[in-house]
Amino acid sequence: MSQSDFALWVYLSRTPLLWLTVTIFAYVIADRISAGVHRNPLANPVLHAVWMIGLVLAVTGTPYRVYFEGAQFVHFMLGPATVALAVPLYGHRRTVMRALVPMAGALVVGAIVALVSAVAIAKALGVPDDVLISLAPKSVTGGVAMGVSERMGGDPALTGVLVMITGVIGSIIVTPLMNTTGVKDMRARGFAVGVAAHGIGTARAFQVDMIAGTFAGIGMGLNAMLTPILVPVFLPWLLG
Amino acid sequence: MILSLGLLLLCQLLGEALAHGLSLPLPGPVIGMALLLVLLLVREKFAPVLPREVGDGTLEKTSNGLLSHLSLMFIPAGVGVVQRLDLVVSHGVALFVALLVSTALAMLASVAAFRFIARLIGERE
Repeated sequence: MSQSDFALWVYLSRTPLLWLTVTIFAYVIADRISAGVHRNPLANPVLHAVWMIGLVLAVTGTPYRVYFEGAQFVHFMLGPATVALAVPLYGHRRTVMRALVPMAGALVVGAIVALVSAVAIAKALGVPDDVLISLAPKSVTGGVAMGVSERMGGDPALTGVLVMITGVIGSIIVTPLMNTTGVKDMRARGFAVGVAAHGIGTARAFQVDMIAGTFAGIGMGLNAMLTPILVPVFLPWLLG
Repeated sequence: MILSLGLLLLCQLLGEALAHGLSLPLPGPVIGMALLLVLLLVREKFAPVLPREVGDGTLEKTSNGLLSHLSLMFIPAGVGVVQRLDLVVSHGVALFVALLVSTALAMLASVAAFRFIARLIGERE
């Protein structure tokens, strides 16, 4: 790189514009690939955009803080997008109202199984208690899970990582899991992925079906209220 | 389109204000969603005083457009995770197995409960 090229790079790499553009194009590429393979779950756009950007940051030696200066504009849209969930909820309100009782059951069962099974399996595999605390709220949306982790004496940063991995796992396995077990009810499928794999699962559900997406949004929202209550109840018992 | 986006932000803003002002245990955007839902439920009654965009399908188009790209909005946080994978390496395999099995079990259990109760109360899709 010549002197002037380097100066240009130094200038651009410090503006939010560069990393915002990189984020959007990484997503466009990952989303095109996903659409090109008929939304095959392995072509998960979040997963593939994330490693592509991670690679660019590693190669260019860009710290995350600098990247986030640009990417924050995209991150910020999570708020209005959450508000926007009211629109499909309103559009399918009759379907939703009819499913209130099954949803209540699916919420309680799904949330308890998500919490208990994760902690029990990790404990059986020799994971220490402080990590188990950070693992417990992994099925709920990032901010809420990190708050729970902190209150219980866990590490919010570790919880953030586990939440994100859970979301990607959920959004990859939901379609094959439901297809092989013969579940065709898009309400139940969507709701389950929302409860178990929060917003990233919900994003997947919206790719597959509007009803599934609507129910995933409800599942995510309700679990964000239930898991913070469940963790203090179940965790002492699980840690023994 | 801009008005719809503004409306989404306004709902979120009011949601944040309520969440912090009343120390509610809910995130501001979730309260904002409830507020927008209320607006949608009453919009026909208040049609004369509401902007046209609220009732002509623009709000729906904007919201659904945003939701169809929900994946995009998780990318910045996801990139942050890649940088902190060091936190999970010490128990990497155990944690991955726990997350994978637990997520699958939670979804299967949730679906089973949903279908069982739906059948119990004699409800059809």
